[in-house]
Amino acid sequence: MAENTNLDYQKKKNKEEMKQQVITFALMIVFTIIAFAMVLSDLDKLFVVPILFLLAVVQVIFQLYYFMHMSHKGHEMPAFMMYGGIFAAFLTLLGLTVLVWW
Amino acid sequence: MSQDHTLNPEVMPSEPEKATLEGKNKFLGFWFFLGGETVLFASLFGTYLALQGSTMGDNTPEKLFGLGLVFIMTMLLLTSSLTSVYAIYHMKNNDFRKMQLWLGITVILGFTFLGFEIYEFYHYIHGYEFTFRSSAFGSAFYTLVGFHGGHVLFGLLWIVTLMVRNAKRGLNLYNAPKFYIASLYWHFIDVVWVFIFTVVYLMGVI
Repeated sequence: MAENTNLDYQKKKNKEEMKQQVITFALMIVFTIIAFAMVLSDLDKLFVVPILFLLAVVQVIFQLYYFMHMSHKGHEMPAFMMYGGIFAAFLTLLGLTVLVWW
Repeated sequence: MSQDHTLNPEVMPSEPEKATLEGKNKFLGFWFFLGGETVLFASLFGTYLALQGSTMGDNTPEKLFGLGLVFIMTMLLLTSSLTSVYAIYHMKNNDFRKMQLWLGITVILGFTFLGFEIYEFYHYIHGYEFTFRSSAFGSAFYTLVGFHGGHVLFGLLWIVTLMVRNAKRGLNLYNAPKFYIASLYWHFIDVVWVFIFTVVYLMGVI
């Protein structure tokens, strides 16, 4: 009996998480449409590029924390590895783009 | 308690992917791998950013890229990311048939994406004579986008293999981590695509 109540609770919890993930998905679709619309409109490049980049970063955070469950408990090591990877990725990108700056 | 009973409990634990030591190890090891993949793709993105201006003629990003196709591909991959979330949702509720169904939809969307990408490359090569050897931009473009496409193909074959291999087994604590990790890989492919459509396509035509 106790296990059954636990199971019901678990199912409810899963359902709530699924609802959250669907909302995340809807937001990602909206961000994608905004990004494409901004490129099609004749806005200034210096204004559009940072916003495009920001939208991409937010989408990736959504993917990692909601779709890949990094917001759950027990993801300290995954977070450490991902942020380590992102740090090394940043250095790599910086190195390669600075090389061709001038 | 026999091993068979341990792997097939009457009530699934709340996180079946991490209920066994093997599952925990797979989970950690795979995230380590994803950290490394991040750096690998960063090096390809950095190369692309450095070489995108070296077009050797008029096959430039603005002339080549069509946003309509890229938009469809983005929607396909984003939706397939959601369908694999549904698959893991049903895995957690111990519903094997529904998990297989959603994984099947994910695979169909993934193959459609790949079909569009092959069409895109075919179009560039035969319509514009823009190949891997045309220019430094060509090399960097095909390496980056092609490498992502290779990841998509690998992920699809991986998921199909899991689905076929476990079709008659049903869900248990032995294969739950395998499904979970394949879905992590699939999400990561979408993460990379978000940067590809932003940096390569959108910033390329602006």
